[in-house]
Amino acid sequence: MIVQGITGRDGGFHASQMLAYGTKVVGGVTPGKGGRKTEDGIPVFDSMAEAVAGTGANTSVIYVPAAFAADAICEASDAGCRLVVCISEGLPVRDMVKVLPFIKERGTRLIGPNSPGIISPGRSKVGIMPGNIHAEGSIGVVSRSGTLTYEIVYHLTRAGLGQSSCIGIGGDPIVGTNLLDTMELFAADDETEAVVLIGEIGGSDEEMAAEMIRGGYPKKVGVFIAGHSAPPGKRMGHAGAIVSGGTGTAAEKVAAFAAVGVEVADTPAQIVDIMKRLI
Amino acid sequence: MKIHEADARGIFASYGLPVPPSRMITKAEDAGAAAEELGCPVVVKAQVLVGGRGKAGGVKLASTPAEAVEKAGAILGLDIKGLTVEKVLVAKAVDIEKEFYAGMIFDRGSRRPMMMVSPAGGVDIEEVARKTPEKILKLTVNPEGGLMPFQVRRLSSFLSGDKAVARQIGRALSGLYDAFMGSDASLAEINPLVVDPDGKVWAIDAKINLDDNGLFRHPDIAAMRDDSDTDPGEVEARGADLSFVKLDGRIGCIVNGAGLAMATMDMIKHFGGEPANFLDIGGSSSPEKVLAAMRIILRDSNVKAILINIFGGITRCDDVATGLIEAKEKLGLDIPLVVRLTGTNEGPAREILKKTEMIAADGMEDAVKKAIAAAG
Repeated sequence: MIVQGITGRDGGFHASQMLAYGTKVVGGVTPGKGGRKTEDGIPVFDSMAEAVAGTGANTSVIYVPAAFAADAICEASDAGCRLVVCISEGLPVRDMVKVLPFIKERGTRLIGPNSPGIISPGRSKVGIMPGNIHAEGSIGVVSRSGTLTYEIVYHLTRAGLGQSSCIGIGGDPIVGTNLLDTMELFAADDETEAVVLIGEIGGSDEEMAAEMIRGGYPKKVGVFIAGHSAPPGKRMGHAGAIVSGGTGTAAEKVAAFAAVGVEVADTPAQIVDIMKRLI
Repeated sequence: MKIHEADARGIFASYGLPVPPSRMITKAEDAGAAAEELGCPVVVKAQVLVGGRGKAGGVKLASTPAEAVEKAGAILGLDIKGLTVEKVLVAKAVDIEKEFYAGMIFDRGSRRPMMMVSPAGGVDIEEVARKTPEKILKLTVNPEGGLMPFQVRRLSSFLSGDKAVARQIGRALSGLYDAFMGSDASLAEINPLVVDPDGKVWAIDAKINLDDNGLFRHPDIAAMRDDSDTDPGEVEARGADLSFVKLDGRIGCIVNGAGLAMATMDMIKHFGGEPANFLDIGGSSSPEKVLAAMRIILRDSNVKAILINIFGGITRCDDVATGLIEAKEKLGLDIPLVVRLTGTNEGPAREILKKTEMIAADGMEDAVKKAIAAAG
């Protein structure tokens, strides 16, 4: 895996953390800073093409400023990375709608932007989540949030419920891999027995996930929705978290899951009780 | 970011949309000269950043310059949904034969730009969508090719069977698409797009909301920001690169991450308290951001306790702790501080906070309950 933006504060810090967790970090890219090595001995390249050619990497994680992130995603895709995880936040939506057809043509899966990354506990993490709160197990976690996911994973782990993989899809209105895409990935994953879905106000992905469950979903699902107390018309931090024109409310999302018999937790800790009943 | 209709009209006009000429004024007596210059009749329109101006009496027609002065005088100072009208637009009036709706958004489902048009113009489009969805045509656009001529023909013929009118509508829709993409908008609307008795098409209203994340590319548009009706805390938060939304409760919240911040507010309500705000200090938080967050929250005299809920990932708990110490020293904090820190560099953070007076909490639920108790 290559870290784009490895010479920055966040990129450097998390490259070390990922390496320590066991992720095969084989290189970094910062244009104009190629040829050196980081404190951990990771070689830095000027471009993704050179980094991929020099290391054989197939994955990239991005920690560059928002204005350069769309370009970084396309560069990684064009260099042949099959998986690109974009941690950077603040990408203009216009950039995202142009990036998506470009990377689709090249067969790249994008997680994010504005994502905490993905982790398969005990094996590898690509992102910024603290590794020590996770444990190996059979629960898949998909979330539009970062730190709220940590909170819920922390409870799961303490209750002895380990995770197969945790995927933070990002809080933007338009992301590379959305809730439904991730639900499909978990449906096909043999290591995942049940899924925790962490949604929030804005958009209708949660309602569509409920529809997917109504149509027959092979795994048990427990849900938490954030933003019950959010006032309408106000953006709650995430660019995608906004109740507009009376739609996208937490109440609607909870009702959609209730209608298909899926339990929704009132507090992050309650997810544990729900998942224990389910598996 | 929202901008005034007058500014949105300017952006539309620069993309070739047929926008009737207009003048912005702040004094009623200037409406006469504006009406004289534009030629009567004119329409006098309140410039406030909310919808429903017409129903609130903020849009009036005037057939003489004297009447324009009178109408402008009636609208200036008017209260529309809590906002005071300080500016009015005097625009050349257009006789309306037919009115349509045209709008652009990013569609979250298809992950593409989407144009929506409807022959039911001049009314709330969300209501049209609920009651008569068949009256709306939506087309998604591949941004690589842009809005294609066949799509333009399909959209414009949905609105008008008259070929000459449809051609003009088509040009307006292409302009709308270009204005939306070119200005990094999150919404661009013409409601209504009208046909006058001579068969000429006009965009007589204009609305553009900008994608905050795209503003760095458009300093000219960023300068259109009008904060006169925004909560001062929200303005200060923007300057400090924090997300802040003011609410009415007694418990101030400082949280890292939007999802956790929302969940914290929800939990305060769940256990019977009321949050005073939403505040996300963001990912790469620095001590300075924590200090700024504390300053913003302390502006609100309703706040009786502050809850700090941090689950460190990219945020380092020691940075937050350093910021809290600094805030206590600089801001003379005299209300209880409930602190929950878990995650990255949690150990060093505990060391930093050892000698400070605050209520330590073990977990989010404990922190919320302690904050509710502390706020009284």
